[in-house]
Formats: sequence, structure tokens, C-alpha cells
Amino acid sequence: MRFSFAVLAGADIIIYMAENLNCSYCNKPATVHLTQIVNNKIIKVDLCESCAQSKGVTDSEGYSLTDLLSKTNLGPEKGEPQITCPDCGLSTADFRRTGRLGCAACYQYFVPLLKPVLEDMHAGTIHKGKIPDVALSRQTSMAKLQSLESALLRAISEEAYEEAAKFRDEIQAYKEDAESEAVQS
Amino acid sequence: MIESLLKADSAELTQSTKKGAPVVLSTRLRLARNLVDVPFPERASNSQRSDVMTRCADQIAELTQMKHGAFFDIAELSDLEKQVLVERHLISRELCESKSGSGVFINKDQTCSIMINEEDHLRIQFLKTGFSLRSVWKQIDRFDSSLENDLDLAFSPEFGYLTACPTNLGTGLRASVMLHLPGLVISEHMDKVIRAVNQLGITVRGLFGEGSDATGHVFQISNQQTLGESEGEIMARLGSVFKTIIDHEINARFKYIEENRARLLDQIGRAFGTLQNAHVINSNEAMNLLSLMRLAVDLEMLPEVNRSDVDRLFIECQPGHIQYAAGVGIEPDARDLCRADILREEFSRLPALDFDKVNKLG
Repeated sequence: MRFSFAVLAGADIIIYMAENLNCSYCNKPATVHLTQIVNNKIIKVDLCESCAQSKGVTDSEGYSLTDLLSKTNLGPEKGEPQITCPDCGLSTADFRRTGRLGCAACYQYFVPLLKPVLEDMHAGTIHKGKIPDVALSRQTSMAKLQSLESALLRAISEEAYEEAAKFRDEIQAYKEDAESEAVQS
Repeated sequence: MIESLLKADSAELTQSTKKGAPVVLSTRLRLARNLVDVPFPERASNSQRSDVMTRCADQIAELTQMKHGAFFDIAELSDLEKQVLVERHLISRELCESKSGSGVFINKDQTCSIMINEEDHLRIQFLKTGFSLRSVWKQIDRFDSSLENDLDLAFSPEFGYLTACPTNLGTGLRASVMLHLPGLVISEHMDKVIRAVNQLGITVRGLFGEGSDATGHVFQISNQQTLGESEGEIMARLGSVFKTIIDHEINARFKYIEENRARLLDQIGRAFGTLQNAHVINSNEAMNLLSLMRLAVDLEMLPEVNRSDVDRLFIECQPGHIQYAAGVGIEPDARDLCRADILREEFSRLPALDFDKVNKLG
């Protein structure tokens, strides 16, 4: 067997060749048995030689059981919510198959499936790190400006000129504010 | 295409003139970032991918850190060129296999590479020889913030930076330190260390060669978790694990010297002899012999100035580098001859091993 120490270095691994289990993926006889303790939970996976290869277990570049499990459809629970992201079309089945999300919006819609995964995977489920202040404030002000502009167009098309004038002034004031802030910074 | 990179006289990992350190080879930080308005690379259409590449490439090219840097479209690189960049850790294997619309920016001294349309839209990597989490963080943080001035990144107040794979969610930060641990391997304490370190949320991996032994006794330790902790906390934990491992490595070396002095000197002496005289040598054997040479520098059996030569050969003896240096298409067998030629030439220039240094120890 090609298995050696460096490859397994990502995990607490016990190789017990004696047990005659089948591969968790394709049901061929399993030759590789992995155990890792993640956040005090024991996770076990049995793999045949070729699945071990294709799942990247033998890739010394990047291997951890958590990665492996997150990318698998091991035990998809019956009756779990069937979600489809309206932005990119990712489905529950896609998520279970690849372990990856499709777009930024998926993180809003897949929360029920994500939470348990994140709890197992990370030190917590709330971000405590860096915040992209500049980009966030720009995004909020862009959104605000866009909603004012579409309100202005709507008011014009409805010939509500008094309202339109109000929106026009607001947009003007908003742009001036943004400019003076930019000058200050 | 990558010729200028290989010939560069200022590459951090292969040409560094800074004083190296025992045990630690390099520090590397990576940030995963995505644009807010395009699906992640795997689900993006070809036109969306190339749109992301153009937008990001334009912004990155403007940044001062990328002055004199080079951009490579992955589709335009040969397999061999890609392999060379992988061996230098400038790109990942995943990027090599990606669909159209993927690329990489590499700065002049190769301390920074930015992959576009890998698993995430942007994978920013900064590295430095030696141990310096803090200064590398300062650089990558500044770079990331300047990107943010022009690009709208996918971020949520709850989950932090949004990434294609939830394993990178939050900070998107993978901090890693490359370590040379012959003492722990020879004394067979490495698996104990790995078990202990795993409990602390730190991963240990071999470095060179796929599915191979811990060739060259080089390991990479990195954080597993990216969410629920700040960047500072992640790096502090990695740093403390790093210090503990170094202590254990140094102890293991002294203990081994105390108990097996003749055996160790024999191994180092034979390795030196082989490197000076071998005519056929595969990459695995070369790595293991070079590992003993790095240990010889640590033990002052070889002059400190030669440490950077050994570190450079670790990279230049990889299969892709040997093939690239030899010119077009040579067979694997011929690579072993070329590698031996290079090593003989390099090691003929070194002074004889100073065995007395070790005999005076302890």
C-alpha cells in the first residue's frame, strides 16, 4: 500500500487493516480506514484504494478529513430541507455532492444546512476577524443611491413631480456628502 | 513564458541573502476572497470567469505591490511551466486544472502571488523565508485592504468573508509555517507531535512529493479553522504551536547526538559524499540527503552561508525544475542524471565537513 506517514499527517489516523469493511463511496472492499477527532467528535471513513486517491486523501498538499467529509454525500439525511439558491441555482443535492456553495447569496439561503457543518468544522459560527469597512460602506451607499434613483424615475413616470423634486434633492445631497467625505479621507 | 521568474536574481525562496534559521524554512499566509456579484468560479459561466479575471487583473496591476510583477494566463502555460510554478508554491494544482479564465499574478521577488479563479475568485498569498507571521500579516492585510478600495468583496457580518468552500469561511486565512524536522522524524516522535497538534486545531502535512514519505523531513503546519476566531487569535495559536514544536525538535536533536553521535556523523558524512559523487539520483533521495545537509549547517558542520544554497536546491531538484533546466523533453531516467550533475557541481564547491563541531557539543 502506498500509504505513508506524511500523507496521513492531517489526521489522527488509525489504520486497521484487519477489518473487512467496504468503501463508503463505491462499496468496493476498503483498504484505507481513517479516524479523525474533530472538535471532540470521532469521524470514521473507509475507502478503497482508488477512492482514497480520487478524494485527495493521498494528496500531500491538502488533506483533512473535515475537507473530505464536507465534500461528500455521506449519509444525506432524509427529509432535510430542499433548498435552491435563487441567484445561482445551487440545490441541496449540489451542496451535498460538492461541499461547496455556488455564490455569495447561497450563504443566506443555505443557513439551515450550513450551521451544523460550521459548528463541526470551526471554532465558532460567528466571524470575529477583519471587516472590509471601505467596501461595506461603499456598498451601502451605492444601494441607497440606486434606490433613490429608481424612486426618482418612478415618480417621473407617474408624473408625481413634487415627489420627484424631493428625490432629486436627496440624491444631490447624498452625492455631495459622499464627495466631501472622500475629500476628507 | 516563466523564464524571467526562474532567472530572477531576487527570488525570496531561492535567492534570499537573509540569514536563514534552523528548523524553520518559510512563513506563508493565504487569504480567500470573492467578488460579491458573480457566482464562485466553479459555478460561473466562461464569460463570467473571464469578466472576473479582467476586473481583478486590472485592479491588481494598479497596486504598487505588483510593480514589476508578471501576470500569467493559465491557459497559455505549458504543463511543465505549471509544474515549475507548483513546485515553487506560487500556484496550486487546482489552478492548473481549472477551466479557461484562470490566471496568476506573481510579484518580482516571488513573495506574493495572487491566483484568480481558483476555488475562489481570489487567492492572495504572501510568503517570507524564516518565521515572521506578524510582518507577513501586515503585508497581506495592507494588500487586501487596497484591493477592497476598488473591488466589492463578498462579506457578511455574521459569516465574514464568503468562500466557495465553508472550510475557508470567515477570515479566509490559512497561515502556515514550513518546518524542517529531522530530529523528530529520526527519533520517531513525529506522530506523537502530530496527534497533539491536531487537538489544537492545527494541521501537519508533508511538503514535497505526492503521497510520498515526509521527504526531506519538511512539514507544513497550518490552521484548520477560519471562522469564530480573529486573524490575530489564529496566528497566535499557530505561533505557540510552532514554538513548542521547535523546542521538541531541538531537544530531539540533542538527545540523538548524545546517544547516537557516530551514527549521525556517519549519515551526514555519507550524504555529503553521495552528493559530491553520485551520477544518478532521484528526487526522493536528493531531498533526504539535502535534509541532512541542512542539519549539517544547523550543527555548524557546514558554513552558515551555505544554508541558502541547500534551501535553493530543495526547490531546484524537484522534477519540474530539473526538466525545465535541461531544456525540452527528457525522460525521467535522464532527469536523475541531470539532477546528479547539478548536485555534484554544487557540492564540489563546498568546504569539507567540520566534524569537530559536533564532537565539541554536549
